[in-house]
Amino acid sequence: MKVLVAVKRVVDYNVKVRVKADNSGVDLANVKMSMNPFCEIAVEEAVRLKEKGVATEIVVVSIGPTTAQEQLRTALALGADRAILVESADELTSLAVAKLLKAVVDKEQPQLVILGKQAIDSDNNQTGQMLAALSGYAQGTFASKVEVSGDSVNVTREIDAGAQTVSLKLPAIVTTDLRLNEPRYASLPNIMKAKKKPLEVLTPDALGVSVSSTNKTLKVEAPAARSAGIKVKSVAELVEKLKNEAKVI
Amino acid sequence: MTILVIAEHENGAIAPATLNTVAAAAKIGGDIHVLVAGQGVGTVGEAAAKIAGVAKVLVADNAAYAHQLPENVAPLVAELASGYSHVLAAATSNGKNIMPRVAAQLDVDQISEIISVESADTFKRPIYAGNAIATVQSSAAVKVITVRATGFDAVAAEGGSAAVEAVAAAHDAGKSSFVSEELAKSDRPELTAAKIVVSGGRGMQNGDNFKHLYALADKLGAAVGASRAAVDAGFVPNDMQVGQTGKIVAPQLYIAVGISGAIQHLAGMKDSKVIVAINKDEEAPIFQVADYGLVADLFEAVPELEKLV
Repeated sequence: MKVLVAVKRVVDYNVKVRVKADNSGVDLANVKMSMNPFCEIAVEEAVRLKEKGVATEIVVVSIGPTTAQEQLRTALALGADRAILVESADELTSLAVAKLLKAVVDKEQPQLVILGKQAIDSDNNQTGQMLAALSGYAQGTFASKVEVSGDSVNVTREIDAGAQTVSLKLPAIVTTDLRLNEPRYASLPNIMKAKKKPLEVLTPDALGVSVSSTNKTLKVEAPAARSAGIKVKSVAELVEKLKNEAKVI
Repeated sequence: MTILVIAEHENGAIAPATLNTVAAAAKIGGDIHVLVAGQGVGTVGEAAAKIAGVAKVLVADNAAYAHQLPENVAPLVAELASGYSHVLAAATSNGKNIMPRVAAQLDVDQISEIISVESADTFKRPIYAGNAIATVQSSAAVKVITVRATGFDAVAAEGGSAAVEAVAAAHDAGKSSFVSEELAKSDRPELTAAKIVVSGGRGMQNGDNFKHLYALADKLGAAVGASRAAVDAGFVPNDMQVGQTGKIVAPQLYIAVGISGAIQHLAGMKDSKVIVAINKDEEAPIFQVADYGLVADLFEAVPELEKLV
């Protein structure tokens, strides 16, 4: 079974981002960029499926700038077999990304597509669901367990009230939640080997996909700052403040 | 302009987040219709008709909509959407699951987790774990939006008298089926609706020690949450996680116990009215957002707090 994994290049999760002075966006000059943490989990899950003998080939795809090749090489070092970059310097919306991924799905015909549930930059949580709609596939979002058996996959999902398990006909889309697995680190020999694995570069035009958008970001601002309050010396003082000053208990 | 709100419901009752979503719809302006999709949801439809400000309730009662499978519910919403200017749902695990599928079917971009309505086509939403706020304008004919409940004060659950209409459309994609559900059972208030939340982090050391927080919470009538560190360590189940990728809460009082305050956690609770932090590390970042900080051993402070409140 062929598995397609989509990954996104985003600002590293340890970076404290700052809004640009002209409110046009956040300042990404000279900040560390990494693979989106949920996408790392997606790659890991695909690699585990291959180790179990369920997956036969892992294709990793990213939609983004030329530099996203770094994240694709990381995925190759972790165990993906080959990579596709759909190169676009523009910041694309989730729908545009889903349309490009749909074109790649049509081309590659995977049985399972695994994506992160959300990117930690735009925090949209849309792409997997949109790809599922465009492909007409079933979706198992926010997965904490994925079990492929025959022509279906059972996905346990993290939902607000606990956990839900659904059975999906293959081909299907899965989006990962935090507790699906713990991603491994790439070993040095694998990093070296990854440099020789195939990486194909495509463009939205070549795929015949329009990336126009109905959303326009007018401005980006820093959130209202919350200032630190006071330190209390004892539990008794805390209770007194909560009762008489804040009046919340 | 008419707005369709997708009702969130469980066990035959309207979920509180629906009331915040109706409030967001009211801010946009225009008539508000509510869709209740599910199986055996007649009473939910009646309850939805009583929500203040709702003009009409559509009830799609069909076995295909049980368990809110997105492969079946999204085509229903997409079919109904053509008559509306906006389609709104709460940014719950259900709303997040279904709405992007609806947006893609309608060929429009979705606007996720809005926290304010600037005008009928312009909204604010947090990005980068709440470290930036984007103002987004939509030119879509039908605007597909999820609503962060904490951004809007709930409308009254009673007082309305909307007409109830049955929707016959049955969409069964036949691609997915429900297998099982493991729901957390708790007598305490629901995390996202509680007035007071007590949360524990890695400092709790193990799951058993959460009993101190449960005792305090029961005295205060509070819900109990946890940081990602505590959930990842297996102290408590994932439905208790507060943060960027867990639940977003904004109670009157948030008590963070043994939580260092990673930005991903702050993203889930920094809109709380009053924040209390109890941590033995006085350098912990949580103190930078806390109104009242107590540098103390939580195993002494929490039992004492429980006695005094």
